[in-house]
Amino acid sequence: MDWLHWIAFAVFIVVFVLGMSMFGIWLERRGVARLQMRPGPNRAGPLGLLQPVADAVKILLKEDIVPERGDRLLHTLAPIVAFVPALMVFAVVPFWRGEGAGLVPDMNIGLVYLVAISSISIVGAFTAGWASNNKYSLMGAMRSMAQMVSYEVPLVLSLVGVALAAGSLSLVRIVEAQSVPFILLQPLGFLVYFLAALAELNRTPFDLLEAESEIVAGYHTEYSGMKFVMFYLGEYTHTLAAAAIGATLFLGGWKGPLLPPFLWFLIKVFALFVVIFWIRGTLPRLRVDQLMAFAWKFLLPLALVNIFLVAVEMSTQSLRTLWVMVAVNIVAGVLAVYLFSRLGRVRGGRVAV
Amino acid sequence: MGLGIVKGMALTLRHAFRPIITTQYPEEKLVPSKRIRAPQLVWEEDRCTVCASCAKACPQGNITIVSEPLPDNKYGMKHLEIDHGRCMFCGLCVEACPFDAIHMGRDYEQATYRRSLLVLTREEVRLSEKRKASGYFRPRFEAEMPPQTLLIYGEKKGK
Repeated sequence: MDWLHWIAFAVFIVVFVLGMSMFGIWLERRGVARLQMRPGPNRAGPLGLLQPVADAVKILLKEDIVPERGDRLLHTLAPIVAFVPALMVFAVVPFWRGEGAGLVPDMNIGLVYLVAISSISIVGAFTAGWASNNKYSLMGAMRSMAQMVSYEVPLVLSLVGVALAAGSLSLVRIVEAQSVPFILLQPLGFLVYFLAALAELNRTPFDLLEAESEIVAGYHTEYSGMKFVMFYLGEYTHTLAAAAIGATLFLGGWKGPLLPPFLWFLIKVFALFVVIFWIRGTLPRLRVDQLMAFAWKFLLPLALVNIFLVAVEMSTQSLRTLWVMVAVNIVAGVLAVYLFSRLGRVRGGRVAV
Repeated sequence: MGLGIVKGMALTLRHAFRPIITTQYPEEKLVPSKRIRAPQLVWEEDRCTVCASCAKACPQGNITIVSEPLPDNKYGMKHLEIDHGRCMFCGLCVEACPFDAIHMGRDYEQATYRRSLLVLTREEVRLSEKRKASGYFRPRFEAEMPPQTLLIYGEKKGK
């Protein structure tokens, strides 16, 4: 029975996640277009829904180019290394209520697994930059390395608060522990997680590695055809994965009234996804020094403050008065952000990369 | 403390509920300016005296105009050829014409499959129902042209 479950869910995750990524591409293109008062893709299929399919077909027919002096083996491996972890993240995500709600949703070290797996794609990005034998690719890869490694720290620290509050690393337990979504109990933690995740994903405003005015397209400058699809789809799969993790850890996963659990999960994932492209439609790109200063001088201390707050609340058992603590935490979060933006000099700070 | 970001996000959200400003070109067409210099030249036979001022004014030498003597000491046109493929539609010929006989056109969809099709002769450049003149440098045409669609919110109806 176990084998059947695993095979079924492996297929489900691949199909579901890829389908959702394609839908996400469509949603983002339409959504950002609306923010910019454009209609967006509207030719292929009703409302342009088939646009990702048309793009995929077009791009699959393109020539697969490997740079002349590039490393052929690594050039081929890199997109796989970058893409597969995004899918693997979904292995521990519980899609709905119960034991069989995912591939291994009740993995007892689920959170550690998430953090470990999602870091692997950095290797793919760097391999791609190295194997392309192109200065822009390498510079983009270097930037993304510096960025992803820096933001990994606040990201992981923001997850510590969740683990503390839930008393478990298993994602199912974490969802069950949320009598109110953790976003209310740990607004600071959610803020740090969300911003760090944006940077991890190399999404705007942290998409320095593909600053087209400076370094063409970053580490996937030299990629075309199928391999480029892997990076492109991988980017959206990563975004969805981050949204799914955010929804599971902070928004209460499948929990919700009236609607079926799976639907609640999807609603929460796409709500986060919409916010991500909303930010993309609003904010310009950061400078490199601002980027690094933001990670180390702003997000990291805030993540530590969050851990401290949660630890104090847990050890004093004050979570019994739930709604009081919600109010206290929101006030504390706003206060912390305010103080750090006033006292810490992020904007003028220079951090050598 | 990030309030600027909140303001910006609210602004983009408000934009999302404004009407779409883009024009879906082949289906949806805007009325161009009355003084459009569309890629076509329009010739009016009645007014032309075959003085060849237009040919002299043309910086490219696109206009080939050949005159011939007619009986009764008259002056007639033997041949007229305008290469629209090399023309940059600067409008100098239109401004140079002393008798208002050559005008800029108003139809901007002039693509062809061959460059040779862009070399138009006397019959093809003549002013007609299909080949209308624009108001550029010719106020008498400007008066009869429809007003331009302006891309202001609410101006474009539908969608």
